[in-house]
Amino acid sequence: MNLDMNSGPLISLNGVNKYYGDYHALRDISAEIGAGEFFSLLGPSGCGKTTLLRAIAGFEEISGGTITLSGKDMAGVPPNLRPTNMVFQSYAIFPHLSVEQNVGFGLRKSGMGAANKARAIGAALDMVGLGHLGGRAAHALSGGQRQRVALARALILKPKVLLLDEPLSALDRKMREDMQVELMKLQREVGITFVLVTHDQEEALVMSDRIAVMFEGEIAQLADPEELYRRPATKRVADFIGVMNFLPAQAGERLEVAGLGPVDLEGVISPQGAVSGACSVGLRPETLSLLYDGETARSREVRGVVDEVVYYGDMTYYDVRLDGLEAPVRLSMRNTVGRDVLDVGAQARVGWDPRAMVVFPD
Amino acid sequence: MAQGLSRDARQGLTIVSPALIFALLLLAFPLLTIIAFSFWTQNFLEIDRTFTLENYSEALTDPLYRALMMRSLRIAASVTAVTVVLAFPIAYFISFYVRPEKKAIWLFLITIPFWTSYLIRIFLWRVILAFDGPVNGTLMELGLIEEPLSWILYNANAVVITLAHAFAPFAILPIFVSLEKIDRSLLEAAKDLGEGAVMTFFRVTLPLAMPGVLAAVLIVFIPTVGDYVTPRLVGGSGGTMIANMIYVQIFDLSNRPMGATLAVVAMLTVTITLAWAILHVRFWVHLNDRVGGGIAGLALAGAAAVVDVGILWWLWTNGADWFGPAGVLGVMAAIMAGGAISIAVFLPKGRWGI
Repeated sequence: MNLDMNSGPLISLNGVNKYYGDYHALRDISAEIGAGEFFSLLGPSGCGKTTLLRAIAGFEEISGGTITLSGKDMAGVPPNLRPTNMVFQSYAIFPHLSVEQNVGFGLRKSGMGAANKARAIGAALDMVGLGHLGGRAAHALSGGQRQRVALARALILKPKVLLLDEPLSALDRKMREDMQVELMKLQREVGITFVLVTHDQEEALVMSDRIAVMFEGEIAQLADPEELYRRPATKRVADFIGVMNFLPAQAGERLEVAGLGPVDLEGVISPQGAVSGACSVGLRPETLSLLYDGETARSREVRGVVDEVVYYGDMTYYDVRLDGLEAPVRLSMRNTVGRDVLDVGAQARVGWDPRAMVVFPD
Repeated sequence: MAQGLSRDARQGLTIVSPALIFALLLLAFPLLTIIAFSFWTQNFLEIDRTFTLENYSEALTDPLYRALMMRSLRIAASVTAVTVVLAFPIAYFISFYVRPEKKAIWLFLITIPFWTSYLIRIFLWRVILAFDGPVNGTLMELGLIEEPLSWILYNANAVVITLAHAFAPFAILPIFVSLEKIDRSLLEAAKDLGEGAVMTFFRVTLPLAMPGVLAAVLIVFIPTVGDYVTPRLVGGSGGTMIANMIYVQIFDLSNRPMGATLAVVAMLTVTITLAWAILHVRFWVHLNDRVGGGIAGLALAGAAAVVDVGILWWLWTNGADWFGPAGVLGVMAAIMAGGAISIAVFLPKGRWGI
């Protein structure tokens, strides 16, 4: 990542609010996005992430607060005069134009001659790997190609910010994973700020420098991917990002975790500060492990019964009912030596580590 | 034979056959009769069934028939232009400004004129446009005119006004449908890429609405060329069209062969005009694309259209002095066929399937 915070943030959101009638779509959003940053807005559908992106682009007028781009207040500035360009969810490729005409659409006012335009269009198409398709009609493109055209069409204008509205959601899994890597490469190459909207937490974790997790029009947490995954600010964020097991617990002198027993509060991650009384303890599946015969836990172990086995090829998920617990906990094992031996109903020993625990007040 | 057809094809034929038989009996048969009559002659009370091209020669060279045919085309073209130009903003308004749940009501309102008979609507226009009618009355009241306008009734203008009103819904609906089909994110994309409202309209909305506009042009133009009732009731002598002459031939002069010939000539004229126009639209669109569209493209395409139509118009009005009344038709046919064939051969099919 090439953050350049010295010159001040590129985008500043200050107390941004948006109402649709009585519906409060954006609640006091404040954030700063730096130049060259890959920033993601992540949340379930209806959380306001797309509204916020459209507000930055200029398609939605905000009801309160300010949006500044390179220090300039964007209030009343229409989308065509903002230094932003957007890749739409549907890609919005003009069906009546060729690929080249689509990519060159925004160059009308650039003052370039025809030869320069053609060169710029060629370069933009090469950048997204479509150099050979310039003359093709836009309606004859596949989903992945349409997306590349949409990227080239936006990047050719050298915007300060590229806004991407769920750009990968229409692609199949394989293509999506390839495009994730390509988008990251592209962003490093052109060095401009990318703001991505997505509901796919994996996509956000893979690509972003920083992620804003949004629920009901509010930013619940703004952090880099590792922080977000390791130290989720709230139980809800923890639940939304990846998989997390929650065990009921009581905090006093020590932390009394149902099914696991007493734990020293020291070393347990506690994002919301010191806890006392009823609370929840979160454990990620990969921090738990099945112990085979002869193996001993690195930290501590507990007994249980295998409730469900979900085989994923590279991994196997086990749902294990721990002694003294109602709901099973999920744990994941890497299948390094073929598929593991335990079947549904088998007795299991589960290794766990207090240092992997995240505790939230109830 | 039935074995050669797939189950689907047989099912399809069964479904269309009632309509097909109906159409064959009531369209094809009368049409063939008319074509047959056009080669015969009226011999007082009898029909002389010797084959002759005499009627065609007269229909194509007699100045009266030629003037009526050309006037019919001109009036239909004016009606089409007026109707489509006025219909577009209405369709645009309904598609872009009316809330989705209100659109059905608006479309319903547009069909209200159909609730009364076509004939009554024409009579109403006769009242509205009359010498002492509400239009003249209001304008005099407002002091905008000193004496009643005489050019709004019993001439070609009255025919254009009345037909434009009658055909408005037929133009609004196809344009509305094509506007509805435009993905709104395309308009946002155009804004995002730096274009304001006007250029977004010319670069995205209008090109994508063209299939609807072309459909509206065909739907309005074809029936208005042969309209009979409107010119009869509001056209006066200056607004008489070819259909009125066909009526006169068949019923007043009892010259059914001549009436049939005029009908065939009118049909051929419409067909040739439209074929010519559609192929030339392909040419004009090609010119537009050549210079990259936008205002420059529209200007070039428009200029080419004016030149193409202008050449034919000049030949029609002045060509007889040079080539004679029959010769000029040959010259025009050669130019039209040459242009159309070279477009069909050398230019690939472009947008909108034409």
